[in-house]
Amino acid sequence: MFKHEWIETNIGLLAVLTMLAISIGGLVEIAPLFFLKDTVEKVDGVRPYTPLELRGRDIYQREGCYLCHSQMIRPFRDEALRYGHYSLAAESQYDHPFQWGSKRTGPDLARVGKKYSNEWMTQHLVSPRSVVPQSVMPNFPWLLTTPLDYSDIEDRMRALRQTGVPYSLNQAEYNANVKKFGPDTAKLLDITHARQNLIAQAEQGDYDGDRSHISEMDALVAYLQVLGTMVDFRKYDDDAFVKYR
Amino acid sequence: MTATEISSNEQYNFEVVKKFAFMAIIWGLIGMSIGVYIASELAWPIMNMDIPYITFGRLRPAHTSSVIFGFGGSALFATSYYIVQRTCQARLFGEGLATFTFWGWQAAIVLADISYMLGYTQAREYAEMEWPIDLLIEVTWVSYLIVFVGTIMKRKQPHIYVANWFFLSFILATALLHTFNNLAVPISLFSMKSYSLFAGTQDAMTQWWYGHNAVGFFLTAAFLGMMYYFVPKQAGRPIYSYRLSIVHFWALSFLYMWVGAHHLHWTALPDWTSTLAATFSIMLLLPSWGGMINGIMTLSGAWDKLRTDPIMRFMIVALSFYGMATFEGPLMALKDVNALSHYTDWTVGHVHSGALGWVAMITFGSLYHMIPKLWNTKIWSEKLIGIHFWLATIGVLMYITAMWISGITQGLMWRAFDQYGNLQYSFVESVAAMHPLYVMRAFGGMFFLTGMVLMATNIMMTIRQGGRAAAISPAVKLASAGV
Repeated sequence: MFKHEWIETNIGLLAVLTMLAISIGGLVEIAPLFFLKDTVEKVDGVRPYTPLELRGRDIYQREGCYLCHSQMIRPFRDEALRYGHYSLAAESQYDHPFQWGSKRTGPDLARVGKKYSNEWMTQHLVSPRSVVPQSVMPNFPWLLTTPLDYSDIEDRMRALRQTGVPYSLNQAEYNANVKKFGPDTAKLLDITHARQNLIAQAEQGDYDGDRSHISEMDALVAYLQVLGTMVDFRKYDDDAFVKYR
Repeated sequence: MTATEISSNEQYNFEVVKKFAFMAIIWGLIGMSIGVYIASELAWPIMNMDIPYITFGRLRPAHTSSVIFGFGGSALFATSYYIVQRTCQARLFGEGLATFTFWGWQAAIVLADISYMLGYTQAREYAEMEWPIDLLIEVTWVSYLIVFVGTIMKRKQPHIYVANWFFLSFILATALLHTFNNLAVPISLFSMKSYSLFAGTQDAMTQWWYGHNAVGFFLTAAFLGMMYYFVPKQAGRPIYSYRLSIVHFWALSFLYMWVGAHHLHWTALPDWTSTLAATFSIMLLLPSWGGMINGIMTLSGAWDKLRTDPIMRFMIVALSFYGMATFEGPLMALKDVNALSHYTDWTVGHVHSGALGWVAMITFGSLYHMIPKLWNTKIWSEKLIGIHFWLATIGVLMYITAMWISGITQGLMWRAFDQYGNLQYSFVESVAAMHPLYVMRAFGGMFFLTGMVLMATNIMMTIRQGGRAAAISPAVKLASAGV
């Protein structure tokens, strides 16, 4: 006959059984997500971030934007009208870490890309209340004046490559990227050309309206402008993704 | 009297308990001050002052780390070290190791706060510490486990007291969560920056498995451990039901780990996972209330203490808030309710009714009970505890009422349609509607913080008083020995 007293008088047994009790939930809910292939939708267009966008994403994290802005649109009618198509798992498949967020003190940003001009974005980040008087967002004037540090961009891409993001380091990986993303994108994912690519995108995009130097604003706006724009939903039926839910 | 004092000081390692208890007060002051400040930033954004280091996004993790890990964590180290020694009637195992857990833990929180303000973050809620700090925490935590289990192994009682089960469960779970949620690849050995090993959906699931169980084990199981010792002690009565404590301990430990995905309802996480989490969240109500009932019913036959004993009042109100928050939680985990409440201030209110109402209040009660005993004295001012109690209670109520109203308002405004089927409100209209409620929340926080300042004063005076008595007592000892 089992007696709970056995556990109460044996620290080894108590520890082992406790460990067992607390391990099961996580195992059942997390482990399958890595193996069930329906977890992430098959969809065209999603690519890793370019070097400039990646640095922008780093700044997004540094400033704690995720604490007030979600990047996860839910499948509701009001959210479809306000933000656009609901977010797919595929759209954050290269996001290390994910930035879905948990709070909307400000609006969702999952599809903010291309909705506002670069000028508006820059102005809004430097002084939000100059364009949206009721906003409670902090001003971020230093983004415009701080030169972007991209000295370790290769290190950053190499670390992400280790986590599984297809940035290429050699010819074979480059060829695989050409096949998967097309030649134009494959060039942007090449770690050995990261620096040139970053500078070229910043100069060409002129995100902060100042071509004299590459600022942190250039990177952040480049990142914001690509959010939610990679998948062309016109190519898919309305219920194309329902089966993944 | 003097003889027992000497022997209890030799029998137990109270040095490290005192240090942690002291730092719990300090971190309470720091963490709650930051909280009031960032609440004010949301009400009056000018308070961000265009200074990068103090903007909301950088200070918010400093607030959560300071209160959860600084205040809550230090209080847990202090009380668990105190309880495990007293209930096992054994001195703490590993003298130096216990001291190391103190310095390791304090260093981790100081470094974390500074690094957030400088912009180093993993950008995962409540796990923002970058990888070098994570490693320091890992080492400290394993040391904690060794000290705690080592002490239990030295026990002079055959039974392991129920409070210690909860502490053990909390230590093991936190180790598991911290390890797996912080798997990351640093960009170089000489850089603080790292990238999470997982991406997107899997990363989200891992993070909220961690995030919710930081609540479940760090902020619940462990504080139940605190409750299981200090409530019976203060009430002078045994625990209401031993059987209930067994059942709810195992149910709580098992069920909590399943519910994290209710933070991800309606997201790109597969439906089966979030449905599972919702189901377990409902079941979790039972063991949660098991703990609450066990605590509150311990007072049966001694209810009059609520009239006279402000410490008891803290404990019972804490348990009441625990019961309320653990009812609200399963409610918010229902998908239909969550569709409204998620992303709104309701979540923030819910967290604070748990964190201020339950965690902080049970800590206040326990520290008021324990600190005079540690310094061999009486509390400096009983009256001040009473004032603290009311300031804290009014503060929490203001805070959560403001957040209920603002949260539900947000949720309703976002989904409102006009007669033509268009969205009725722009997003920023919902932001503007929050202003008075954000002001009210900030004032609620100020009440709570003021109570914390009174407590710090009361405790500092108590410690001084205890120190003075200790300085006199050697002379008394000599005299009584007839020298």
